[in-house]
Amino acid sequence: MPNMSPKKNEMPTQAPEIRSRNFDEVALGYTLQLAEDEAERCLNCKHKPCVSGCPVQIDIPGFISKIKEKDLEGAYDVISKSSSLPAVCGRVCPQESQCEKNCVRAIKGEPVGIGRLERFVADYHMANNTKAPVKPEANGHKVAIVGAGPAGLTCAGDLAKKGYAVTVFEALHVAGGVLVYGIPEFRLPKEIVRKEIEGLKALGVEVCTDMVIGKVLSVDELLDDGYEAVFIGSGAGLPRFMNIPGENLNGVYSANEFLTRVNLMKAYKAGSATPVKKIKNAAIVGGGNVAMDAARCAKRLGAENVYIVYRRSMDEMPARREEVEHAEEEGIIFKTLNNPVEILGDENSVVSGIKCVEMELGEPDESGRRSPIVKEGSEHVIDVDCVIMSIGTSPNPLIRNTTEGLETNKRGCIITEEETGLTSREGVYAGGDAVTGAATVILAMGAGKNAAKAIDEYIQNK
Amino acid sequence: MDMFLIKRKESLNPTVSLMEIEAPLVARKAQAGQFIILRVDDEGERIPLTVSDYDREAGTVTIIYQIVGATTKKLDAKKAGEYIADFVGPLGVASHTEGLKKVAVIGGGVGCAIAYPIAKKLHKQGAEVHAIVGFRNKDLVILKEKFEEVSDVFKIMTDDGSCGEKGLVTDALKALIDGGEKYDEVIAIGPLIMMKFVCKLTKEYGIKTIVSMNPIMIDGTGMCGGCRLTVGGETKFACVDGPDFDGHLVDFDETMRRAAMYKEFEKHSYEDTCNLLNKEVE
Repeated sequence: MPNMSPKKNEMPTQAPEIRSRNFDEVALGYTLQLAEDEAERCLNCKHKPCVSGCPVQIDIPGFISKIKEKDLEGAYDVISKSSSLPAVCGRVCPQESQCEKNCVRAIKGEPVGIGRLERFVADYHMANNTKAPVKPEANGHKVAIVGAGPAGLTCAGDLAKKGYAVTVFEALHVAGGVLVYGIPEFRLPKEIVRKEIEGLKALGVEVCTDMVIGKVLSVDELLDDGYEAVFIGSGAGLPRFMNIPGENLNGVYSANEFLTRVNLMKAYKAGSATPVKKIKNAAIVGGGNVAMDAARCAKRLGAENVYIVYRRSMDEMPARREEVEHAEEEGIIFKTLNNPVEILGDENSVVSGIKCVEMELGEPDESGRRSPIVKEGSEHVIDVDCVIMSIGTSPNPLIRNTTEGLETNKRGCIITEEETGLTSREGVYAGGDAVTGAATVILAMGAGKNAAKAIDEYIQNK
Repeated sequence: MDMFLIKRKESLNPTVSLMEIEAPLVARKAQAGQFIILRVDDEGERIPLTVSDYDREAGTVTIIYQIVGATTKKLDAKKAGEYIADFVGPLGVASHTEGLKKVAVIGGGVGCAIAYPIAKKLHKQGAEVHAIVGFRNKDLVILKEKFEEVSDVFKIMTDDGSCGEKGLVTDALKALIDGGEKYDEVIAIGPLIMMKFVCKLTKEYGIKTIVSMNPIMIDGTGMCGGCRLTVGGETKFACVDGPDFDGHLVDFDETMRRAAMYKEFEKHSYEDTCNLLNKEVE
């Protein structure tokens, strides 16, 4: 008998007043009982509308059926046919706008908690699996991947499963890309990322850290070195600033710098070699997931008042609903319809406030969102000693500047064929934020997956 | 791949040491003016250091560092034959020396470690090199013979007159210019305050001046923006746009304030490291 409850089983979480003082994971994960109960909500629809919403096409009813049969390793096998990083996706995918959006149960209630079930299965596998993965038989072909983030790791995993000798070149000292420098510990524990990458290494993927491609080696040198194809998944790492007065004062961070200090360099831990400012009051400028992450990190570092300063209203905010709710529960103060015009400093050039104007919403702009207009005479100052600019990132120019014939658009994004990720250079593929500009983990993974398929076809037909 | 051998270590003065690090891929591409980022161990912070020399055949890169904080203290506790965790590069844009025929190269303190490879490169391409180096006193002098080998005029200045002449590098530069020397360019590398005053002087004489900036950095690839500085009213990232900039356009006062951002933290962290290292010795 299917479970006809209109509501999802709730995700157990740490209480807001406790979690806003630690960096442990907020969502604790389903128990076996909750997972089995939630699995029973799936109607196992024949036409599988959920699957068409998944960028990597996981057989969702297939893995949920295995949970119903109490075959959790079987469920994992179904997921891992399509996804290289299930424990990551179960945590950070925007399921509400993908698989769960198409769920039939959502017509009369809440959709099946697909993301929560995926996470449960992946965590169960990590905790209980003792089988070493079978290393596929080598096919004698070499592929290089630039960037060990979600796009690159997915592409690497899929190619390794087909027998390719895959080398991933990573600029930082650890693999993971945005999964390790950007997304905080309390949303995605780094131990989970490490284990997923260990899994890829067990498939034969070689990861070389400390390798800035475009500097130490160029894409052309990789091709000359015997790599038959190169996949570029170098992300969108370059932070944007607003170009308002005061942005270079002490205490103004890009979200990238702040999150890198806190997450990658572990500045949240006592005794960390990398410092981060001791914050009393912080303003985070922007309304995306990265802004929520920065705000919640600032709170956990002990800030008394943390403001999200966003120029449109709550309705236009691009962050996931769940992240906004979590932030609100943790006491983050939302200053919507506010736009900064200047950052103020004290006599030592340390941030002392952020001057904002109030906005009202006018006609929709080209993005379809109502564009904000300044309210006359609404200038005011919020007292803060830290400002974190979280208004987006652009692709890093290192690769395009050092790869002749690699076409990019005016925003610096690499131009590719949509289906395959093929760039303007033969044998060179790209995907993820390097192509789209800042987007989501799962879209990058989808692009890595498509490129892996195309690279395989390209090499096999050479 | 994940550890880098210290092939040679030499103490240049009580607070400045030289290390040759085995990093063949970095050595193959490195050029004067570029930098590397290193981490001493797995818990370490990432710090940028400018490439002081390289040997493409031996596959080594030379760095020269001054013990100023916890990380350089920890680095200095390593001996030849031991390893450091990470060594990334070469990063940044190489110094432009093309077409220069007569150049004054100015080094202050440990900045001489960066000024030297540029002087050497200029000398090799046939330019007339006037090197002016400054130190607090004779005990801190480094690379004296090396500079002498590659310069046509060599001046050494100390605050107390214990080596060379007593005075500042700007005094020597002014004397040379006033004596009729005409430079295509002045290249100044050293403490921010020194570079600021060299630029002030050369601006009066209308001589183009290049400075090498070494701000706080994390990734060194343009990702964090922590190294930003104002050059000619625009925000630039030292890691990808530099580290060399037109000194007459750099906002030195802002850069000095930004460099002091973590001073308190650094002081504590340095003391903790000293205590820790002392314990290990006991």
